[in-house]
Amino acid sequence: MTNQTETNVDPRKIVGTTGHDWDGIEELNTPLPRWWLWTFYLTIIWALGYWVVYPAIPLATSFTKGVFGWTSREQVVKDLEGLKNLRGPMTAKIETVSLQDIEKTPELLSFARAQGAAAFAVNCSPCHGAGAQGFKGYPNLNDDDWLWGGSLDAIHTTLQNGIRWDANKDTRTSMMPAFGKEGLLKPNEISAAADYVRSLSGLPTEKDADLKLGQKLFTENCAACHGENGEGNQDVGAPKLNDKVWLYGPEKATIIERITLGGGGQMPAWSQRLDSPTIKSLAVYVHTLGGGQ
Amino acid sequence: MSVTTSFDPHLDEPEAPLYAARKKIYPQGVSGFFRRTKTTILIITLGIYYFLPFLRWDRGPNAPNQALLIDLPHRRAYFFFIEIWPQEVYYLTGLLIIAAMVLFLMNAMAGRIWCGYLCPQTVWTDLFMAVERMIEGDRRTRMNRDAEPMNLETFSYKLLKHSLWLLIAWWTGGVWVLYFADAPTLVKDLIQFDADPIAYVSILTLTLTTYVFAGLMREQVCLYMCPWPRIQAAMTDEYALNVTYRVDRGEPRMSFKKATHARSIGEPAGDCIDCQQCVAVCPTGVDIRHGADLGCIQCGLCIDACDEVMEKIGRPTRLIAYDTEVNLKRRKEGLTEIFRPFRARTILYIAIITAVSGVMLYALLNRAPFTVSVIHDRNPIFVKLSDGHIRNGYTVRIANMLPTDRVFTLDIDGLHDAHVEIIGGEAMTDGWPSVSVGPDQTRELRVTVRATDNGEEEPTHLEFTIRDEADGNTAKARDYFRTPHSIH
Repeated sequence: MTNQTETNVDPRKIVGTTGHDWDGIEELNTPLPRWWLWTFYLTIIWALGYWVVYPAIPLATSFTKGVFGWTSREQVVKDLEGLKNLRGPMTAKIETVSLQDIEKTPELLSFARAQGAAAFAVNCSPCHGAGAQGFKGYPNLNDDDWLWGGSLDAIHTTLQNGIRWDANKDTRTSMMPAFGKEGLLKPNEISAAADYVRSLSGLPTEKDADLKLGQKLFTENCAACHGENGEGNQDVGAPKLNDKVWLYGPEKATIIERITLGGGGQMPAWSQRLDSPTIKSLAVYVHTLGGGQ
Repeated sequence: MSVTTSFDPHLDEPEAPLYAARKKIYPQGVSGFFRRTKTTILIITLGIYYFLPFLRWDRGPNAPNQALLIDLPHRRAYFFFIEIWPQEVYYLTGLLIIAAMVLFLMNAMAGRIWCGYLCPQTVWTDLFMAVERMIEGDRRTRMNRDAEPMNLETFSYKLLKHSLWLLIAWWTGGVWVLYFADAPTLVKDLIQFDADPIAYVSILTLTLTTYVFAGLMREQVCLYMCPWPRIQAAMTDEYALNVTYRVDRGEPRMSFKKATHARSIGEPAGDCIDCQQCVAVCPTGVDIRHGADLGCIQCGLCIDACDEVMEKIGRPTRLIAYDTEVNLKRRKEGLTEIFRPFRARTILYIAIITAVSGVMLYALLNRAPFTVSVIHDRNPIFVKLSDGHIRNGYTVRIANMLPTDRVFTLDIDGLHDAHVEIIGGEAMTDGWPSVSVGPDQTRELRVTVRATDNGEEEPTHLEFTIRDEADGNTAKARDYFRTPHSIH
């Protein structure tokens, strides 16, 4: 170890060393430039400035507001306002141009799809899924099977008025009776009807299935809405029963459950919550997922 | 290893102060080869900086005609015949690698020539010093003025100097923003107070930094703020040319009179007459005779100053010169000087520079005029249609990187019964959907592919090909078609 002495300075004798010695390597004790110190003080003063101008110190029930009067809430409102203004011209076009023309104009289409995708993520995805892929009882919006119609206008109407949404007088509504729960059909009859429903789309039926009884019951109870051959009816939101797409599932147990309980899904009337350009954008977005008609 | 611990009494009584005031440097004017070189480089580099934004370059009607433009709002960068999109920012990476390697190569060849001649800090400081010298006089005059109490004359000189500095600084900041917008338009907007506030804020910021760094901080930037002197000191070697005091020739130093006398009686006398001219002209206040120094930017002004003195006293010039450590030693030992510009590190640097430049040049020359990229829908992975068919959805993005309108057809290979649809697509060409993409734009399309469920567990490879209808050139991207059986 080197002893810290007068001789232990650099050859120019400007400054001494710190006295640290690492395997013979020593460190000069060069003083910091004073402006560096000033810069440091300046940053402290600058930081104090934040305390003065911005909300900073929590008090018992409140906090210091700061002389700028800035709040994050107001900032968000301002930013949203700015965003709205930025989109203003395009939003105005979406509002006035017909749904069909939006789809025909590339720039409007891409704007509406972007707008629609954002609105969908916030408002629709909880039920229909992030990719509109649907869940049991919540329709997949990508496919070509539509309960209430897959045209632009039909989708738009559904979005505006909702489905079985009592708060809206124009809401789409229909009610499948609870055949089992209300005692309209006996368990063996429901079983036969379920088998017949499966046979409509070519699914295999149970060996001892009474398809004749099933057909009779179907004609009497179901055909009015679901159609003679299970082709469905979009006017009353009656699902097609003769295709490969199932809202609740193709298993016999599931079909029995639906016949027993009846009823149908609900969807809010979005006209009460979203503005018209957003609903139009949503209609375009859903229509252009791939299944639109 | 031994480390002094806290019981060392000296640690509690630091000998050096913690902070030291800056010693003001009064660099003296000098003339000679290196001064002329510095002045020439100053004029060229500042000339480029101040006037490049006004240079025009015709790119046709759909692109800006400014030779060098970084168009941040539209995410494009233009450099003469090169146009860079954001996804091509790796060119910037290449440029940075080349810049670093050139810096290292410079260092291995001739030390800190970047610091001495090319660094903006040096160039602007040099300009500010020239202004200072012009207004306030040379070293001696300035020192005398500063030693006297402030009077009206000194004050007015200083006021004029700082005003000129601020003017140059303001011009410097003003030109900077011109690289980010159409220069003539922006100049007009700036004058009419019609430009973006960001432009004014940038100008103000750069005015202040230029004024502070080149006028007030100067060598402090090099000494305390810049990392390069530290890195450079670790990267230099004994074969690198560095501004060096030839201690073998200079020592023992003594006055000219004494040296003449010593020589006449055959005693050793160095060429250095300790006239301090090398210190007087140094822009960073270094005494080069102490040897390699962190503060030395190796601008060579001390060489000019020393040469002038050597000529006056009739001794050979280049007592201070670009010299290597190895030759310093060899001369002492009576050996001949050797130069090894080609050694492992320089060859390596040159190789890296060549390789990276080569890759970049290749990439530039083979830059695709249009590209296509495909993203498969993440959710749902497939859609089962009412007739049992399977449909997959894709986001296809076509980038038309030329400044002309183009029409592309989209062709998807891999499925024999594929039905392809572009949602919002305009027309069909030979059974394939086609789309137009505007000049220098991208277009995002939603594309669906419908096919029967083949029941296979492996997803089907699809090849998306876009074909430019005008010249038949193609660009390709690959993706998959997945069914309920191949979603793993």
